[in-house]
Amino acid sequence: MTQANKITGAEIVIKALIDQGVDTVFGYPGGAILPIYDELFQQKKIKHILVRHEQAATHAAEGYARSTGKIGVVFVTSGPGATNSVTGLTDALMDSVPIVVISGQVPTFMIGNDAFQEADTVGITRPCTKHNWLVKDTNKLAEIIHKAFEVAGSGRPGPVLVDVPKDVQFASGRYTKKNEIKTDFIKKEPSIDVKMLDEAINRLELAERPIIYSGGGVINSGQSAVNLLRNLVAGTNFPVTSTLMGLGSYPASGKNWLGMLGMHGTYEANMSMHDCDFMLCIGARFDDRITGRIDAFSPNSYKVHIDIDPSSINKNITVEAPLIGDVSKILSMLTARWKERGSKVNKKKLSAWWKSINNWKGVQSLGYENSSSVIKPQYAVQRLEELTKSYNRFVSTEVGQHQMWAAQFMGFEEPNRWMTSGGLGTMGYGFPASIGIQIAHPTSLVINVAGEASWLMNMQELGTAVQYRLPVKQFILNNERLGMVRQWQELLHGERYSHSWSDALPDFVKLAEAYGIKGIRCEDPARLDDSIREMIDYPGPVIFDCLVEKHENCFPMIPSGKAHNEMILGEQTEENSISDDGAVLV
Amino acid sequence: MSLKLKKGVNNQSAYNLRDPNLDYEAAHTLSIIVDNESGVLARVIGLFSGRGYNIDSLTVAEVDPNGHRSRITIVTTGTPKVVNQIKAQLNRMVPVHEVTDLTLKGKAVQRELAIFKVVGNGNQRVESLRLADVFRAKVVDSTLKSFTFELTGNSEKIDAFAELMTPLGLKEIARTGIVALLRGDNSS
Ligand SMILES: Cc1ncc(C[n+]2csc(CCOP(=O)(O)OP(=O)(O)O)c2C)c(N)n1
Ligand SMILES: [Mg+2]
Repeated sequence: MTQANKITGAEIVIKALIDQGVDTVFGYPGGAILPIYDELFQQKKIKHILVRHEQAATHAAEGYARSTGKIGVVFVTSGPGATNSVTGLTDALMDSVPIVVISGQVPTFMIGNDAFQEADTVGITRPCTKHNWLVKDTNKLAEIIHKAFEVAGSGRPGPVLVDVPKDVQFASGRYTKKNEIKTDFIKKEPSIDVKMLDEAINRLELAERPIIYSGGGVINSGQSAVNLLRNLVAGTNFPVTSTLMGLGSYPASGKNWLGMLGMHGTYEANMSMHDCDFMLCIGARFDDRITGRIDAFSPNSYKVHIDIDPSSINKNITVEAPLIGDVSKILSMLTARWKERGSKVNKKKLSAWWKSINNWKGVQSLGYENSSSVIKPQYAVQRLEELTKSYNRFVSTEVGQHQMWAAQFMGFEEPNRWMTSGGLGTMGYGFPASIGIQIAHPTSLVINVAGEASWLMNMQELGTAVQYRLPVKQFILNNERLGMVRQWQELLHGERYSHSWSDALPDFVKLAEAYGIKGIRCEDPARLDDSIREMIDYPGPVIFDCLVEKHENCFPMIPSGKAHNEMILGEQTEENSISDDGAVLV
Repeated sequence: MSLKLKKGVNNQSAYNLRDPNLDYEAAHTLSIIVDNESGVLARVIGLFSGRGYNIDSLTVAEVDPNGHRSRITIVTTGTPKVVNQIKAQLNRMVPVHEVTDLTLKGKAVQRELAIFKVVGNGNQRVESLRLADVFRAKVVDSTLKSFTFELTGNSEKIDAFAELMTPLGLKEIARTGIVALLRGDNSS
């Protein structure tokens, strides 16, 4: 290898990203990553979006990744830049979002000396990445970056971090092409247990009270998995429900749709989960927000669990038939075999099952009392849904009551249209995520359904939205409360509202104006539709301050420590109050 | 699935009835082949501490210098469900190539090495040397007042020797922790 074939580490980083097909990077510069930013400056293939805080870069990359199925990329500097990325990395790990964070690091010869802006980045991010690397040799840099993309995107997707010391960025080294790296580090999927698959199909054919419960894994697996799910539902006429992460895998307008399940899921979804005799879990992980009390979870069902991650099997709930592998691969095998065997289902029992389900639907668990004097948050979301659903639309959310109302009242017909922080529940996710989505889909309508408290957590991103002319709509359900916290305090802590109100809020309209964008305030239910239309029609970013009822609770709700069939449908009674055991759960 | 009992109807769930040992904690020896790269031990240990698993013993050393592979031997205690989780979680890690549960795989040779410093005079000193002989411990260092013994064996043997040496002036022990391989001609 001659000196001429060598390029600097910084060049290698950019070259490797281009080799990986990266067109967008979200980031924030600083001393330890300056050589890479210098290279960035001297090329045209990669667009860089300057955020206003590194946490926002990671969430924007998540929004970008989840709305496109591609891998999100982030640049941060050492020390505080890297530590600011920790929340986004953890969020991406919990929700299986593929992102690659490249962090600057102090020069190798200064590592360990408490150098300026030194942090043990690989140490800090070890538990919140799928894998991370500290690159000590420029010759290994390209290979490691290609590996990083491979690890982020393969199997169960997730975040990775590559820490690149400044001297490694300056030094020259060999470039290794994407297709030149060994891929033996990628985990092999175990072969499918055909006997298990057949037994699962036996049970499917005989099922009297079946349910399909789908999760984010279906969406991660891609469009073919989504199509297979939809065809299976159509072919079997089984009812289907999804987790928060799975919304859009089956269309909300589909006739077998029961709505979301879990803590704030519909009555029909949760009752069906509880009473079913056959459960087909596809790409979901029996999270505690789904199961409620573990020992009372769906007590009489035969459970089939399709998951690409073997560690998800039997972690919370013991299942009879684990089928490990990519959802689309397993679903296509399952469907093919089921068809071979005559596409049988237990039709007679199934129609009786649908009768019970329709009775549960009759409860109308998402019902609420509307008002003509104050905007009910549910009504606001309903109107937003009605007026935007015909658009090419993407929705992100923050975390809290508004997030649950958005999940309940908005309908998603397609996957990758709904971006929310599920596993980690990160307030501050939605605004930067909406920026990442808008970057990927410049002409689409991108709405962040927000709570005022969450939104404040990354409000500095107004600068990013304005700088890049991103017409993101910030639809804030302003209840002047940390509403979800307030709700728990009401139900669990004797109505002692410890620090759960939003005091000293800014005037959101003036805030918008300070950034030269549009602010809209609405507090009159009669003016809501017009105001929403005004928001949609405005060609730039909008902050919509929707003043809503301050003390509305989000129902239905399965209180912590209770079973699916013990959900609270409306305001509290003595009988359904939460036990002390339940109160210790989160 | 032959049980006709209703599952999960109360805290005494039928899941437990299906396998009477389900909640019984047992020690498992796991043999893990990993890339010998910096941070790999921290990853494995971090997994155990982060997810609340037990480590009763841990040893690590490179076993394949050409392939840069190390073998980590961990003894952990947990219910079958937890031990299965541990193995699945270990297998997810990028530098982990192989996880073998020696306890489930069959008989394994398990050995520890320990060094004992025993300080004493007269009869005590003679007795410690006599017992060391019974245990086939080697004297690796001595002064007029002390012996340093080296002993290899399974953990019970080392425990037993330590117990005997205690009244004879045992001052210090150093133990390596367990290393293990499957018996027979199969590799783990
Ligand atoms: C970063 C972070 N801190 C704290 C919490 C706990 N938390 C969950 S919801 C919530 C209140 C959110 O308030 P707001 O954004 O106004 O939404 P609302 O519930 O009022 O709709 C809080 C504090 C969290 N999820 N994330
Ligand atoms: Mg609020």
